[in-house]
Amino acid sequence: MATSELFTLIDGDRATSLRASIDGDAVRVAPDVLRGATGWELKPEGLCQGDLCIPVRDPAALADARGVDLVAFARAQGRPLALDIAEHVAALGTSAAERSARLATLEAPDFSLPDLHGRMHTLSAHRGKKALLIVYASW
Amino acid sequence: MWQAMYQELGSHGFVPITVALDKDPEDARPYIERASPTHPSLIDTQHVVAELYHVINVPTMIWIDEQGRIVRPHDSQFGTDTFTAFHGKHSAPYLDALRAWVREGKGVLDPAAVRSHQIQPTPETQLARAHRALAWWLHQQGRVEAAERHFLRAGELAPKDWTIRRGSMPIRGINPMGLEFFELAKEGVPLYPMEELPVEGGTSRKTS
Repeated sequence: MATSELFTLIDGDRATSLRASIDGDAVRVAPDVLRGATGWELKPEGLCQGDLCIPVRDPAALADARGVDLVAFARAQGRPLALDIAEHVAALGTSAAERSARLATLEAPDFSLPDLHGRMHTLSAHRGKKALLIVYASW
Repeated sequence: MWQAMYQELGSHGFVPITVALDKDPEDARPYIERASPTHPSLIDTQHVVAELYHVINVPTMIWIDEQGRIVRPHDSQFGTDTFTAFHGKHSAPYLDALRAWVREGKGVLDPAAVRSHQIQPTPETQLARAHRALAWWLHQQGRVEAAERHFLRAGELAPKDWTIRRGSMPIRGINPMGLEFFELAKEGVPLYPMEELPVEGGTSRKTS
């Protein structure tokens, strides 16, 4: 028996609260809710975000009158989904294919992180120098 | 000591960028304040850099050239000899190799060699990261038991990733230098493919 619940979808550093239908193992959201939260929507061409469309092998498994199935949505993009139905939350990750492709370009992935004073620093601001990235921890 | 390297080599176009994979800036504060760095010393509570560069343990060093290209990928190297008795690596050859890179452009790997020495992300390691992110969020919400489940699941999916298995210990209230870590260490330290490329030491010695 499907229940309508508040559900949190985490994508990167963004956590979006949205209304979802939970039915056993399935979490479904209305298409416009999904579009608002992720920018993705199902069109005849496939699963699309802006001009980018991914063909969908089994559109019926992805979406029907009940809404878009979150697990199928992640799978259609090859993205990992850490789902906790009891806690009403899921985290969408980046696909291994995308990560591998980026690493294979050998371009150092850019990032912005804060220092102790909260000032943001961006790696690419140091273009033109030899940069040694030292990743460490107190552990 | 990276501040010392920065002072020595900064005028040759070198910048060290330290990134602390700590749950709280306060955990990294003692290290940073002791060093009084003028180079970027950053805090990465969400493990952004760990994911982008496929870091599986600390410390990890990555060389990035002037065009923003990786010329030596993730590598377990040390800037001091504090723990040489444990891991067997000496810092002096590595620091000399850094000098040779900065001053003479030596020691870079060609693109094929960089690629063949990078660990490839897999669906499991990526799912592990999603569980870690979920665990982190749950913990921030005070849902500690649920967070624990997902930290553990992340560790099951990526058993060779100590940024998850050891890195999550502080937030889970476990001493990362204690018994649980001792047990973890019995599984063997995670290794990068770079282990097969020992640092040459360079010909550029430290000059005062």
